[in-house]
Amino acid sequence: MKYSALKIFLEGLSGNQGWKKAWREPDPKKEYDIIIIGGGGHGLSTAYYLSNVYNINNIAVLEKGWIGSGNIGRNTTIIRSNYLLPENEPFYEFSLKLWEGLEQDTNYNSMVSQRGVINIFHSDAQRDAAVRRGNAMLLSGADATLLDENALKNLCPYLDFENARFPVKGALMQKRGGTVRHDAVAWGYARGADKKGVDIIQNCEVEDFIIKNGVCSGVVTSKGKIHAKKVASCVAGSSSKVMSKANMRLPIESHVLQAFVSEGLKPILSNVITFGAGHFYVSQSDKGGLVFGGDIDGYNSYAQRGNLPVVEDVCEGGMAIMPMIGRARLLRMWGGIMDMSMDGSPFIDRTHIGGLYFNGGWCYGGFKATPASGYCYAHLLATDTPHPVAKGYTLNRFKLGHLIDEKGVGAQPNLH
Amino acid sequence: MIIPHPYLGPRDSCEFVYKGDAALLFRPEREDPVDYDTFHNYLYLRNNPAGEHKELWYHEYGDRSWLVITRNTETHEILKVELAVDYLKAQENGN
Amino acid sequence: MFRLKNGGLINRGKILNFSFNGKKLYGYEGDTLASALLANGNHLVGRSFKYHRPRGIFSAGSEEPSALIQLGSGAHTEPNIRATTVPLFNNLVVTSQNHFGPLEWDLMRINDFLSPFLGAGFYYKTFMWPKSFWEKIYEPIIRQAAGLGKLSSKEDPSCYDKGFLHCDLLIIGSGPSGLQSALCAARSGAKVILADEDFLLGGSLNGEKLQINDVSASDWGAQIIEELKSFENVRLLPKTTVFGAFDHGIFGALEVKDYTGQFENKKPRQVLWRIYTKQSLLCSGATERSLLFGNNDRPGIMLSKSVRQYCNRWGVIPGKNISIYTNNDDGWITARDLKDAGCNIVTVIDERSDINPPIKDINYHLGKKVIDTRGGLRLSSIILNDKSKIKTDCLAVSGGFNPNVHLTCHQRGRPQWVKDYQCFVPGNLPKGMNVIGAANGVFELENIFQEITDKMERILSSLGYKTKTTNKIKFNRKPFNVGAFSNSLPEGNVWVDLQNDVTVKDLKLSVQEGFHSVELLKRYSTLGMATDQGKNSNVLGLSILSILKNKPIEESGTTIYRPPFTPVPIGAFAGRSRGSHFRPFRLTPSHKWAQNQNAVFVEAGNWLRAQWFPLPDEKSWRESVDREVIRTRKSVGICDVTTLGKIDIKGEDSGAFLNFVYANNFGKLPVGKVRYGLMLREDGIAFDDGTTARLSENHFVMTTTTANAVTVFRHLEFCRQCLKSNWDVHLISTTDHWAQFAIAGPKSRALLSEIMDSGVNISNKSFPFMACGEISIFGGIRARLFRISFSGELAYELALPRRYASSFMNAMTELGKKFNLVPYGTEALGVMRIEKGHAAGNELNGQTTANNLGLGKMVSKLNDCIGNTMSERDGFNRKDVLKLVGFTPTNEMHSLVAGSHFISRGKKVALENDEGWMSSVAFSPMLGKSIGLGFIKEGDKRFGERVDAINLLNNEKIEVEITSPHFFDPKGDRLRA
Repeated sequence: MKYSALKIFLEGLSGNQGWKKAWREPDPKKEYDIIIIGGGGHGLSTAYYLSNVYNINNIAVLEKGWIGSGNIGRNTTIIRSNYLLPENEPFYEFSLKLWEGLEQDTNYNSMVSQRGVINIFHSDAQRDAAVRRGNAMLLSGADATLLDENALKNLCPYLDFENARFPVKGALMQKRGGTVRHDAVAWGYARGADKKGVDIIQNCEVEDFIIKNGVCSGVVTSKGKIHAKKVASCVAGSSSKVMSKANMRLPIESHVLQAFVSEGLKPILSNVITFGAGHFYVSQSDKGGLVFGGDIDGYNSYAQRGNLPVVEDVCEGGMAIMPMIGRARLLRMWGGIMDMSMDGSPFIDRTHIGGLYFNGGWCYGGFKATPASGYCYAHLLATDTPHPVAKGYTLNRFKLGHLIDEKGVGAQPNLH
Repeated sequence: MIIPHPYLGPRDSCEFVYKGDAALLFRPEREDPVDYDTFHNYLYLRNNPAGEHKELWYHEYGDRSWLVITRNTETHEILKVELAVDYLKAQENGN
Repeated sequence: MFRLKNGGLINRGKILNFSFNGKKLYGYEGDTLASALLANGNHLVGRSFKYHRPRGIFSAGSEEPSALIQLGSGAHTEPNIRATTVPLFNNLVVTSQNHFGPLEWDLMRINDFLSPFLGAGFYYKTFMWPKSFWEKIYEPIIRQAAGLGKLSSKEDPSCYDKGFLHCDLLIIGSGPSGLQSALCAARSGAKVILADEDFLLGGSLNGEKLQINDVSASDWGAQIIEELKSFENVRLLPKTTVFGAFDHGIFGALEVKDYTGQFENKKPRQVLWRIYTKQSLLCSGATERSLLFGNNDRPGIMLSKSVRQYCNRWGVIPGKNISIYTNNDDGWITARDLKDAGCNIVTVIDERSDINPPIKDINYHLGKKVIDTRGGLRLSSIILNDKSKIKTDCLAVSGGFNPNVHLTCHQRGRPQWVKDYQCFVPGNLPKGMNVIGAANGVFELENIFQEITDKMERILSSLGYKTKTTNKIKFNRKPFNVGAFSNSLPEGNVWVDLQNDVTVKDLKLSVQEGFHSVELLKRYSTLGMATDQGKNSNVLGLSILSILKNKPIEESGTTIYRPPFTPVPIGAFAGRSRGSHFRPFRLTPSHKWAQNQNAVFVEAGNWLRAQWFPLPDEKSWRESVDREVIRTRKSVGICDVTTLGKIDIKGEDSGAFLNFVYANNFGKLPVGKVRYGLMLREDGIAFDDGTTARLSENHFVMTTTTANAVTVFRHLEFCRQCLKSNWDVHLISTTDHWAQFAIAGPKSRALLSEIMDSGVNISNKSFPFMACGEISIFGGIRARLFRISFSGELAYELALPRRYASSFMNAMTELGKKFNLVPYGTEALGVMRIEKGHAAGNELNGQTTANNLGLGKMVSKLNDCIGNTMSERDGFNRKDVLKLVGFTPTNEMHSLVAGSHFISRGKKVALENDEGWMSSVAFSPMLGKSIGLGFIKEGDKRFGERVDAINLLNNEKIEVEITSPHFFDPKGDRLRA
């Protein structure tokens, strides 16, 4: 069923009786070519690109709960490709290009909105770093604009230029960055994969791997044994839990990141604003809520909830940079489990176990990576070679010393 | 969170800085020939359990003690707090 | 007009004027905005989110989904205020929200007529063509239409505060359960905090005609409150919403000090409390829920208990001809109270047929349902399932109660379904939390008081207190009965979520399309995502889901509640940490002195440091900085470097410890000498650098960079306590205790000699480069002298107890005159270090290795030290590794740009040809041109080669020559002079 304005009109006239299920709800088959563990954004996009680009359709996506129940359902919706390092920037720019064509590709309006992402700097040293980064972006074919104080003032007059503890000196802007309606991404990919015959199986928890002689040939689930030629883990914050069933220890810690939304407001903020000196970033959703966040709480956690000090810290950052939001009210706070890696960068790689693949370590940057992560994982699964833009994301890079550490804080996951 | 410090009583977790898995206490010695894998595993690999977790916290805005805290990562419940030096002594004595 | 002659907890002696959409109205002290509006016959107060349907006042509490208004004007304006919670005050100005044109004639009403096409998730299926129209046309229109109230876009003029409270027992809610429990706890001696969101304590007691102990409910409550006030161990917090339950018994609460928003900067408008508790008691009561029928969203359709509250608490009758629609006993209490108040009750419709009507002398329909309503901006009539039409201007609806379980969910507790009362009650509770009363699904007072007796004894004894006997309580209320949810879908346009316009049809469509898991249903249909976060709609939605899935409600599941219980202003969370108070400043010991010298200051981390010292005739910062550099290099300059971290290290194993934490060897450093030290992280990346002096065999003084002072100390404590816990090493940070000044330049020795006490010889021979010692100056002031140099000149760093710093600088200024002494700031410091090729923050950025910095040879190959093992990894020692070198423009008129990237001449400007970047640049007044430090592949082997430094952000390309990073006095003759 193709979605369109005409279809909506016709269905509206006939009482909306004709809308079909967005995806089937099949029982698992005995065997697949590929099993993807995790029906989140990355898992579903992997299935989508495997079936739509690499023509592999005999796939199951196994989801413990309901699809999109992980971080794709609880993030702050920002997309951007403003990375510094050569292992990252081409990957995220590839992702941004996929975002730009996503809706037409999937026939699902996920509201990709290129509202511009603004990173404010406050000192000469931060400006130098912004120039270095901006050039790295431009060298990789992304866009970047350096705004001086006046240009920033014209764009965002509501920032505190007068009385700030850290004076606003300018910003690095990526105009093509923006926001996306996050849940819709999962649904669009699910629908697109399902259409090609991918089995999306919800309420199906993976309990163990079937491994013999160093080769993985399937999984044991709450719905029975399912065999596959390849098994691909894609479970973000639960990576360590799942991979421990294959006796793997990962360079990952799970941490809680909180995010916040305010009550609905008439449009007041058109860009995404990032205030690095104060651990605060914000955008306004199409529904009118200010969607904002900051740092992770900083301790290992699987609780999907955080504590007050970080809430206060984030709001302090918000008030420091844009004191007009004082009377906007925080409506809801929530937490997600972040798979924080040891250098702040992800993994898309084979494991030492045959037929077992791993995608994870996205820290709190996984949402913007959703299309490219799926595409590159699909590439790896289909061809057994890394996609050119994701070849740095190996599990053995720490052994070899090929770190991809954007923040430069080392093997201290809570600081990335 | 509130951390019951063995000497200073209940303290707000804001006074502390978190480091991570208490396995970081057991740093391998550099020996000849150098065992790079052991160093790699020490520095980069984590059990990252959902449940009880022994972890290191530093009382930065307090007495500067490093603590070994046993905490449940699913509920945040704190089960045990020891000074790292005491914990290490107990380990040495085989307790 | 709609106000009763008597009764209610209002002060009729005090008239308060207010305006709504410009219309002048009045009410009384004790009114809420909602009760005052209703007293003036005003139901229509707003428009719904999506279809812009007329919305009236629906409830009497913080759960209000419809009566959201814009309070005040100008910078003080506040959006989305629930009219039901604002106490009326004089000259209150409110306007309605979310309409185009007058409230009565909202142009966006067109959406209502288009609703067949705007069902759940319609926007996911369209607006995709043509591609560019989304950002340009569709989205701006959607954004304008969406949203509720408005921010002023001006700085919030109010002040907020934060506070901390501690107690044995926090009681949340001051209804019958809360008050009686508080009294019990108070008498036992426990430290109690009782908080309630309402400005009047008493909770539901204030809205009931019930008699307790032969007095009215509100009087009974008032008596307890009076008694509670007499206890020193009790703190009452009205106007305080406990909004979140966090780990280990910590609660967040918001106290509203001032609803008017007019306190300006004088007093805090609101206070954010963090409450630390040993035990907590949730007595938050229950929220009434509506019933589902066609067009159940019109103004005039209200919750039944709220109608009763308006009558009993505020003496307001929300209609002239009121009907009641219920499925439970509580609806009949409303009928009785309204009737007793002299109100015209048209009829009572009870869905249950098997009951004995508690009131006989009244029109009623048993076993009937309302199926539709009529009316425009206000309800005019209702239609029953027997097709009869009844004229009525207010319908009080009661569909049972939802216990306010929210705080029990904040730590992921899942509520449980109770069939008897058709509601969710708390599931697994956060540690230390107890729930009593309606919040626990106990609705009969008799059972509540029994529950209090039982539970309080246990709670108090766990806290170490003994319960005193409590008085016996008599009251006149019957047991409670509620009918079950219907098992057939209601017909027509039936609203489940009044604010977000989620109807039964939307839920049906969502399930039809496969979004039947409760979380997917919520996300697809937006059910429960409005400002009430599902307080009114969630359980109704679940009842529909259970019909659609043909499963009992408990199997359809529930979404859990997240904090906050009601929305909290961002300003309150921030408190006073905003503007220049966002983070504290640290001031250097010479700050006042520098202020007197008209210094320009710069934020360096937490510090505020002098950046340069302009003279009156200097027009640009460059002029000042160039002068400071030249005069320092010619004569002598002085700079406050107190911000460097200083760590005192003592103990028998100090030498071994330094060997362990530094990558280069320290064990053999002689007493009286200083050495440069490079510290690595365990992963082999450069962490910090500085100097360490050996003052005696077992006493070292380490300096760190300003930026890493805290993290280095933390790291050293980790090494000491966790890795080398058997070693005899003691650390203390002395950053704040010693003021430290760099005195640099050819005349520095001569100047210093003026202030030295006798007995210290600082001649080049007896106190050479890298010497150190403890000395005394100015006739007995203890000081430490280090002959080290960041500027490349003959230079010293002098440390003295901080309290002398100001007078020291004054004295030096005087003494320095004859040596042409110049104070210099961080800019000149930076210029001189770039001239000398020293790495600083831009180079030690956490991504560079000793090898990158050209210090690879320093790293110990033999000893075990932090970081040397991992620094030996292949990736750190590639052939084409980046090296720190110098750069100069081949055309000396060009200025270098930090952050530029290097591309070999003639190569395509693309990532694959990116060879490195420029990390620091400065104009060197000594060389008369722009110079830079940067990292480029194999840079140390490429001196003399020319490459392009490109800055694509500004379309700049500057040809540069690769040079040694040591631009000025490369052999270091000056510093050894």
